[in-house]
Amino acid sequence: MPFKSTVGDYQTVATLETFGFLPPMTQDEIYDQIAYIIAQGWSPLVEHVHPSRSMATYWSYWKLPFFGEKDLGVIVNELEACHRAYPDHHVRLVGYDAYTQSQGACFVVFEGR
Amino acid sequence: MSKKYDAGVKEYRDTYWTPDYVPLDTDLLACFKCTGQEGVPKEEVAAAVAAESSTGTWSTVWSELLVDLDFYKGRCYRIEDVPGDKESFYAFIAYPLDLFEEGSVTNVLTSLVGNVFGFKALRHLRLEDIRFPMAFIKTCPGPPNGIHVERDRMNKYGRPLLGCTIKPKLGLSGKNYGRVVYECLRGGLDFTKDDENINSQPFQRWQNRFEFVAEAVQSAQAETGEKKGHYLNCTAATPEEMYERAEFAKELGQPIIMHDYITGGFTANTGLSKWCRKNGMLLHIHRAMHAVIDRHPKHGIHFRVLAKCLRLSGGDQLHTGTVVGKLEGDRQTTLGFIDQLRESFIPEDRTRGNFFDQDWGSMPGVFAVASGGIHVWHMPALVAIFGDDSVLQFGGGTHGHPWGSAAGAAANRVALEACVKARNAGREIEKEGRDILLEAAKHSPELAIALETWKEIKFEFDTVDKLDVG
Repeated sequence: MPFKSTVGDYQTVATLETFGFLPPMTQDEIYDQIAYIIAQGWSPLVEHVHPSRSMATYWSYWKLPFFGEKDLGVIVNELEACHRAYPDHHVRLVGYDAYTQSQGACFVVFEGR
Repeated sequence: MSKKYDAGVKEYRDTYWTPDYVPLDTDLLACFKCTGQEGVPKEEVAAAVAAESSTGTWSTVWSELLVDLDFYKGRCYRIEDVPGDKESFYAFIAYPLDLFEEGSVTNVLTSLVGNVFGFKALRHLRLEDIRFPMAFIKTCPGPPNGIHVERDRMNKYGRPLLGCTIKPKLGLSGKNYGRVVYECLRGGLDFTKDDENINSQPFQRWQNRFEFVAEAVQSAQAETGEKKGHYLNCTAATPEEMYERAEFAKELGQPIIMHDYITGGFTANTGLSKWCRKNGMLLHIHRAMHAVIDRHPKHGIHFRVLAKCLRLSGGDQLHTGTVVGKLEGDRQTTLGFIDQLRESFIPEDRTRGNFFDQDWGSMPGVFAVASGGIHVWHMPALVAIFGDDSVLQFGGGTHGHPWGSAAGAAANRVALEACVKARNAGREIEKEGRDILLEAAKHSPELAIALETWKEIKFEFDTVDKLDVG
């Protein structure tokens, strides 16, 4: 069989789990995901870590989980405040589910360098 | 009150048909679909099933009088018509808890689906559902880890997990096999899987496979920065060999092993599951042979029963069919038994084939695995049907990508994440599936090519086993 020049080369990418294979979200798209977390009754939570430790189970909490917070604007501000305080860190948003003691949502919003 | 011994043959219904009986919370309840021989009354058929699956035998025996049989006998307490079917009926039977050994699914099945299935007065018999009482459930080990522990161990949140079976399923050497695992995992899958047929054949002995796979998993994990795993099949000819393989997987630092619970048997499965709990190992469960038992609408055991039995015996992931792929299974029925795997309380709902309320108490849940003839165009429907607590596995739909398995894996990962993101944003992903995938493909040449490759493939055959509706 002749070599097919249509075959592309797949380069391995380092990714940060859920939504790691999608392009960075726009502001509006991030709002949609926060609204989803709040609508599910989960508590929003912001975590950050230096990229060298990204595979660690425990990332640092930003403050504490925002238990019962329903205001989308508050969460956006906290995400940005965390990013300003740790500009070289990954910052992720978690939808914490106290019923299952698990995370209904978790994705990186700002990638550190 | 003492009774007199009266030798001979009595009708079963005199003893085992008790329409006034109110089942106890501790009774194990079963629903059988019965098709009797012509001319045998329903009550007699149903009572025979109750008798032969509990204390009864064909003749009266003196030694029955040594015991208070009313305390031990199974009773048929209700008979119902099967909608749209004149020759069959449902028999509801209550079994006292003490008929079964604690923690033994094997024992329950030996009674309920033992000799009675060969009984001559029946043409067909199908066990449709079992209501396990909480008193029995609390004696069973259940899943070694469960859904939430597995998510924590694998660091996968907010989406279904993504896997694929290594193909060709037989014949690859250990090193070549590890190569395919590596390609899939570096491309973005969470898990790869040994095909169920892979045990330890001449072309690839188990130890050789385990070592190459472990290196593939480690490399992919290091390069992608994500947690990865491969279901190392420990199903073997003897329990001793099964445990030897499990121990070696642990020694290699692998997160998950696999077992075929029907061909391997419930006793082996329960033992391996307990080993997994003790050793911090996840357990993936395959279901080879199930369709022999569960596909005929009038004979055998419905898969919802086999799924419930697996949850009791133990496993963290169980194959459930795909609804949309190449294998049998309609949507409502599938939703009914995936509830049985994942939820803590499932109410009776005949539209999903659940005949009883089922309370699972604190027993952990099992991931539903959708695998078999699915490809990237199915992704929106799969996410909608199975939800987040599932593992979606694309075999041909990964390795068949024109650029190879890594690109195929990436295509599936992009499609999955695009569907989850769209669902969270409030879009109707089944209706808008096509648009969602085409939008995502703009940023992913791998997905664009996958969509082009599989655009014509459909599996639209009618299901053989349907829910009974008028």
